[in-house]
Amino acid sequence: MPEKFDVIVVGAGVAGLAAAYKLAKEGLSVIVIERGDYPGAKNVMGGVLYRAMMEEIIPEFWKEAPLQRPVVEQRFWLMDEESVVTTGYKGQQWAREPYNCFTVFRGQFDQWFARKCTEAGAVIINETVVESCIVENERVVGVRTNRPDGDLYANVVVLADGVNSLLSKQLGFHDEWKPQQVALAVMEELKLPSEVIEERFNLEPGMGATIEIFGSGTLGLVGTAFIYTNKEHISIGVGALLSQIRQMKVRPYDLLENLKNHPMVRPLIRQGEPVEYYAHLIPEGGYNAIPRLVGNGVVVVGDAAQLVNGIHREGSNLAMTSGRLAAEAIIRAHRMGEFNERSLSHYEEQLRNSFVIEDLKKYKNTSHLFEVNPQYFNKYIPATNMALHEMLTVDGVSKKDKQKLILQRLLNGSSLYSLGKDLYQAWRAVK
Amino acid sequence: MVHILVCVKQVPDTTEVRIDPATNTLDRSSAPAIINPYDSHAVEEAVRIKEQFGGKVTVISMGPPNAAEVIKRCITMGADEGYLLSDRMFAGSDTLATSYILAKGIEIISRREPIDLILCGKQAIDGDTAQVGPGIARRLGLPQLTYVNKVAEVEPDKGEIKVHRKLDDAYEVVIAKLPCLITVEKEINELRYASLPDMIRAARYQPGVLGAADLEADAAMMGLKGSPTSVTRIFAPTQRGQGEVLKGDVSQVVSQLIDKLSTKISQNN
Repeated sequence: MPEKFDVIVVGAGVAGLAAAYKLAKEGLSVIVIERGDYPGAKNVMGGVLYRAMMEEIIPEFWKEAPLQRPVVEQRFWLMDEESVVTTGYKGQQWAREPYNCFTVFRGQFDQWFARKCTEAGAVIINETVVESCIVENERVVGVRTNRPDGDLYANVVVLADGVNSLLSKQLGFHDEWKPQQVALAVMEELKLPSEVIEERFNLEPGMGATIEIFGSGTLGLVGTAFIYTNKEHISIGVGALLSQIRQMKVRPYDLLENLKNHPMVRPLIRQGEPVEYYAHLIPEGGYNAIPRLVGNGVVVVGDAAQLVNGIHREGSNLAMTSGRLAAEAIIRAHRMGEFNERSLSHYEEQLRNSFVIEDLKKYKNTSHLFEVNPQYFNKYIPATNMALHEMLTVDGVSKKDKQKLILQRLLNGSSLYSLGKDLYQAWRAVK
Repeated sequence: MVHILVCVKQVPDTTEVRIDPATNTLDRSSAPAIINPYDSHAVEEAVRIKEQFGGKVTVISMGPPNAAEVIKRCITMGADEGYLLSDRMFAGSDTLATSYILAKGIEIISRREPIDLILCGKQAIDGDTAQVGPGIARRLGLPQLTYVNKVAEVEPDKGEIKVHRKLDDAYEVVIAKLPCLITVEKEINELRYASLPDMIRAARYQPGVLGAADLEADAAMMGLKGSPTSVTRIFAPTQRGQGEVLKGDVSQVVSQLIDKLSTKISQNN
C-alpha cells in the first residue's frame, strides 16, 4: 500500500517551498516532488527577491539565507539606439536592515529554502517527474510519478509545477497558454570582480543596483531588459512576449547580444566573463489569464497560476505569497477534515483579498495595450530621447523653435488627437 | 541471507571539473559532488544479490560530513543502511591510510553483523589509483577479486562465489571462498531507476557517523601522519611531438636510424 501524506507539493520553486515550509511547521506530513537534480536547478529569475513577502514565511531569513546584494538603487532607462533617458531612486533606507529587496541566485537560494523545509519536517525528493494527478470520484487524491511503484496519495495536492503547468492543464483548469500570454526571457551571468562592479555602479561595498530598460533593449518588441548586480557577477537579460518574438522572427540570443553591445550597456559589462546562460518562459497573461485555482483536493500556486506582475517585474513574491496562502487554507481544511473545493476555496478568497490579485487586476490590460499599440515602444520612447536631446543640445536654435521641432517630429504625420488618445490610454492602463 | 558491505566514495564529477591552473590540481568546488560511478555499480550488484538471497546491504564511506549525500544516494538504490566515517583526523589520508580507516570501520560493522561479501568500485574517477579496495582486502586478510565484470554464482551455503575477471582479451573464471572482496567494472550491471518508496526512504535517512574514537584506530596510521605518499609535482603531460617516418629500403632506413640515434646520444652527452 503506497504511503499517504497530508499534502503533496509538486515543484520545489519558491511557491511550492513556501507552502511546504508552512505546512511542515504546522506539523502536517508534506512531501515535495521536484524534477530537477536539486531544488533550484531548473528555476530561473532575473534575480530580485523581495524581503517583505519572504519574511511572512521565514522571519529574518536575510540573516542566514544565501543572498547576493541588498538593492539600494533602482534605475529606469528609456533607451533608443544611441541614448538613454534615465530616472530612478537610490536610498539609504534600503541599505539598512531589514532592507527592501536583494539580488539572489535561485540555484543557491532555493537549495537553502529547501533545507529549511527539510529541517521543518518536509520530505523533499528530486529527479522525479509527476506525470499526472490521480483522480478518483472527481477529486484529486494523489499523483503518479515516473518512478517504479510511483503512485503517492495525499489529502491535498499543491500544483507548483511552474509556467507550463501540464498538470493543471490535464485537469482542465486552463488551455495551452497562448503566445501572447507568455514571455521568453534569456539572461547571462557575467563574472567580474566585486570592486569593479561597485565602481561601475557607484555602490558602497556589498550594496547592489538594478537597471530596468525599456525601448531598444528589446529591438522594439514589447518587453524589457535588465541589468542586476550580484556579488561577483552581473546578470543581464532581456525578455519579450513570445508572440512578438515569433512575429518579428527574432532569435532570443540575438536580443541579448544586441543588448550587450549597446553603447549604453557595453561599458557596464566590459570584460565580464560569461559563466552561465539561462532561458525561461515567464507567465505574462496577467489577471485575465489566471486559471481555475482550486478543485477537490487540489490547489494551483505560483507561475502555474500565472501569478506574475510583468509591469513591476514581480513574480517570486507573488509565488511565495500564493504558496503561503494555499498552506493556510490547507491547514484550515485539515482542522475541518474536509478537503473539497469548497473548503479549499478559502485560498482563492485570501489570494483575491491580497496584493497579489489586486495588483494583477490593476494592470490587467496593460500588456495587451502595449502589444496592440507598438507605438509606445518604437515611437514614444525614441521621441522622449529625441526631445531631451534637442532641448539639451546647445546649437543656436531658439528654445521655442526647438519645441516646435520636437512636436512636429513627435507627431510625425499623426494628429495631436491620436497622441492625446495614446497618452490617455496608457494612463488608464496603469492608473 | 547474506550481509553485503559496499565501499563508496564521493568524487567531483570529472566531466565538469576544472583544473586550477596555478596548482594543477582539481578545483573540487567547480563541479558537483557525485557518487563514484564504479561504486554505484557495486551498490547495484549488492542489491541484486540481496534480492536473490535475502539479507542486507550496508554501505560505508569515508569523507567530510556532506558525503552523507552519497550514502543517501545508495539508499535510493536499495541499500538498507549506511555509515559515514568522518573525522578531522582522517583528512589528508592517502590510499594506504584510507584503506586502514575503512578496514577499521568494516571491522566495527562486522562485529555487529558478520559480513559475507565486500564490494568496491574498481577505482575512483578522481584519483584512478585502484588501490583502496585491494588495500582493504589485505588488511582484513580476505581474498580479493579485482576487475570483476560478472558475478556468475553466489552460494552462501557453501560459502563460495564464482566471478568473471576482466582481462585484456578474455575473462578469467574464479571461485573464491566467502567472505571476500570484489572490485567491479561498470559493465557488471545496468543501473536501475530508483523506486519512489526508496527515494522517500532516502530523503528521510540519516547515516550513522563514526569518528576516529569509534574506530579504536591508531592515530599514527590515519590522515597526513599515516600517509607516506607525498606529491612532489603535478603537471599536465606535455604534448608529444609528431614521429618521423624514415623512407627507403631496409639498409637505407637502418643506416638513417643509426645516424639519428648516434646524433641523439652525442647530443645528450
